[in-house]
Amino acid sequence: MTIDWGWFPDHRSDLVTLTLDHLSTAVPAVLFGLLIALPLAVIAHRVRRLRGLLLGISNILFTIPSIAIFVLLLPVTGLTRTTAITGLTIYTLVVLLRNTVEGLDSVPTKVREASTAMGARPLRTLLTVELPLAFPVIMAGVRVATVMAISLVSVASYIGYGGLGQLFTDGFQRNYPTPVVAGVLLSLLLALAADAVLVTIQWLCTPWLRRRA
Amino acid sequence: MLELLQNLLRWLTSGSQWSGPDGIATRLLEHLQYSLLATLVAAAIALPVGLLIGHTGRGAFLAINLSGFGRALPTVGLVTLVFLASGLSMWPVYVSLVALAVPVIVTNTYAGMAAVDPEVRDAARGQGMRWYQVLFQVELPLALPLIMTGLRLACVQVVATATIAAYVSFGGLGRYVFDGLAQRDLVQVLGGAVLVAVLAIALDLALAGVQRLLFRNRPPRAHAH
Repeated sequence: MTIDWGWFPDHRSDLVTLTLDHLSTAVPAVLFGLLIALPLAVIAHRVRRLRGLLLGISNILFTIPSIAIFVLLLPVTGLTRTTAITGLTIYTLVVLLRNTVEGLDSVPTKVREASTAMGARPLRTLLTVELPLAFPVIMAGVRVATVMAISLVSVASYIGYGGLGQLFTDGFQRNYPTPVVAGVLLSLLLALAADAVLVTIQWLCTPWLRRRA
Repeated sequence: MLELLQNLLRWLTSGSQWSGPDGIATRLLEHLQYSLLATLVAAAIALPVGLLIGHTGRGAFLAINLSGFGRALPTVGLVTLVFLASGLSMWPVYVSLVALAVPVIVTNTYAGMAAVDPEVRDAARGQGMRWYQVLFQVELPLALPLIMTGLRLACVQVVATATIAAYVSFGGLGRYVFDGLAQRDLVQVLGGAVLVAVLAIALDLALAGVQRLLFRNRPPRAHAH
């Protein structure tokens, strides 16, 4: 197997386009996942009876092969980016939900009671006490979900929205490994970069944790 | 929607669908074979590595980053690459499934070992236990719940991903997904997906059962992922 390194500079603009395309599927998926997981996690945290049900459902969704999710969404959303984003959102849910519930669980009861004793309503306690304290654990989930989403985008190449995954299909059909190597490398780099951005965001958002480290 | 579900039920329950060389029974066994072999190979590689890192405390950085790398590696790309390198063989399937499972098992094994109370470890050493006795009689039993969690997680992911075998023209339940995709036969895709999910959940429950048998005499403790 020989890799044609000259191929890389020749296709620079294509690679940039595919990378951006890749991101515009993965990033909305994580954001929507978070938007759905946060309220569900609050419910799962407050209502013990619903916790097992919600976590169980998200675990079951996780066992469906990703390619099948995309294909099954086709009759609903068609050959659009929406299909790719929806499929990925379903996958990010399991990680985001589990971590957010764990994060909320990790807030000591005494802290929560102190907040109530100071006269804070449940919503205020949630927004100003529980969520900030749970933030590091939630962010750990966001990091895992983001890296996972970036690597899974390539599966959506079967429906034409695979971003860098298009390079895998291309190399496979032409029996030409160079674009496949390019796709794998760029996908890895993208995941690494996204993770670094999230670590930075977390560092900027949690000044109270910095002095300890 | 209702019609689709009725067709799915008919597809899943028809006798002719279950028998023959491309029947569900054969595909299920193929899928099980790919998944179990890949998980076993991954465990044979990952367990010693995770135990070693956990016991010596060296290479923790590697263990943590390995999991990130494993998650970031696009499986479709890896399968395609190994396929182009090795030609028509089972290598692409097993390499990518093992690559998927190893990081999960290593990090969970390491996490289990790291969670062992250092005082317990010191007490074992203080009693004159050799390193292998500390490892196998003290650390391993204490770390076992998290190790099992890692194995279960890896197994579920491997079963869901073994669908990819059909992409490189092999069998398994992925056949229904890819053939259905090519034939625009949604019922077949849905049937394949349901069977994969059921298999993954069944294996997970079976491993949970094993875990419960192993810890019959233990007080319950919290699980981490």
